[in-house]
Amino acid sequence: MSKNFKEKDPESDIVISSRVRMARNIESVSFPHYLDKEEAKNVIDRVYDTITKGHLCIQNEFKLIKMDEIDLIERSNYVEKHLISPALAKNVSGGAFLINNEETISIMINEEDHIRIQCLYPGLQLERCFDMADKIDDLLEEGIVYAFDEQLGYLACCPTNIGTGVRTSVMLHLPALSLTGYINGVISTAGKIGLAVRGIFGEGTEYLGDIYQISNQITLGMSEEEIINNLKDVSLQIIQNERIAWERLLDNKGIELEDRVFRSYGTLKNARLLSSKEAMQLISDVKLGVNLKLIDGISTERLNELITMIQPGYLQKHFKSQLTGVERDIKRAQLVRENILQ
Amino acid sequence: MLCERCNAREATVHKTKIVNGIKEEAHLCEECAKESEIFNFEDNFSIHSFLSGLLDGNIAPNITITDGQDKKCPQCGSTYSDFKRTGKLGCSVCYSTFGDMLAPLIKRIQGNNIHAGKIPKKSGASIRLRKKIKDLKNHLQQLVETEEFEEAARVRDEIKKLEEEANNE
Repeated sequence: MSKNFKEKDPESDIVISSRVRMARNIESVSFPHYLDKEEAKNVIDRVYDTITKGHLCIQNEFKLIKMDEIDLIERSNYVEKHLISPALAKNVSGGAFLINNEETISIMINEEDHIRIQCLYPGLQLERCFDMADKIDDLLEEGIVYAFDEQLGYLACCPTNIGTGVRTSVMLHLPALSLTGYINGVISTAGKIGLAVRGIFGEGTEYLGDIYQISNQITLGMSEEEIINNLKDVSLQIIQNERIAWERLLDNKGIELEDRVFRSYGTLKNARLLSSKEAMQLISDVKLGVNLKLIDGISTERLNELITMIQPGYLQKHFKSQLTGVERDIKRAQLVRENILQ
Repeated sequence: MLCERCNAREATVHKTKIVNGIKEEAHLCEECAKESEIFNFEDNFSIHSFLSGLLDGNIAPNITITDGQDKKCPQCGSTYSDFKRTGKLGCSVCYSTFGDMLAPLIKRIQGNNIHAGKIPKKSGASIRLRKKIKDLKNHLQQLVETEEFEEAARVRDEIKKLEEEANNE
């Protein structure tokens, strides 16, 4: 995740990260999929100029990265760190993003919408994410007239994003609810109250490593505050249930659980070949072990970092070469061994 | 043929995608195909194709459009069938161009059709003013009903002042 995932953050034993994303479009300019290269460049320039000339103390911390200036490996790495979306990574000709030094704020340009402001902080910090996104939004408004309708709110390329344009999500690590099967109840309940549950890399990804991303579906008709509070309340309830499930597992299946956790730890420390799917599950088991105080000597923050490090983009960036599947499995195992023994 | 991503293994997965008449081909080995799936979710997807599905169903039963008589957005030139196909609108003006057709869809997917959140500071100044007047009028109505006439008179004057302000803009 981002560089400051090392500090202790609220509920960070379960909540990996919180994120708020705002969709904004510029008035009188067609949406990105209707723009040619030159027009797309104009949008990038306008956003860049507004941010760098604006009156906010963080303006100097941003750098602009254009999709056609970085290779596939680097693009994948940014997707894996959740700093850009897969859709932006695919818009090689007109896509770009502004990112701050801390890697907590990214402003995607010419994704599905002209502007997607995203703030990502470790732990459960939705309000902090929103406050920052809101500030960036105000800053952008100093130089840009947004497409806005009195009734429909901020207009977006897809009607699923209109209104506030706010999509907020939390990434939760829920091994005990997964093991006990209670997670299915959580998923179906979330659906009934307008929240969606997805895997770590969004739409269509399996729930790798017992990681679940929960986000609001409705963007129109509710205030930003309501959207944020709603997700926060639900998250707190899920966190509480996960903790109850920890206790139940320890009480009823203590030795089986301990066995599983230590086998996974042993495999991570010794394996010579690791697929990303297997590694995700092993890390999840070890993280549960750390949270249940069965294992010490490694922090959950370190394990969260490891999740980013075992992804294909990071591996290839780290080892500075294109790697085949088997090579990646070898290097992944090597990297995990080096990082888990420290 | 070698995989176009790793240039090492034989390409065994061949994908052809035709979107809006533009053909894209990919020749990948099995492993790269698997890895590249991370970028493909949005394609397989979900929301856009889901929207198209809703549109073809019974959500807007009274509207039948054939390509020939399809209305064009004056700003971006896209048509309603473009939206039906892709789930994406061409520009912000499309919302008024296709307003009648979009309204039931928006109500269906959002469960609501009135924005209740942030209003842009600059461009939204007059919108905010009108909203404030509307809120005060509702408040005035309540005050009259509960016979709080003194307060009602004050609110009435405030509304009058704001309305003048709005007219001067």
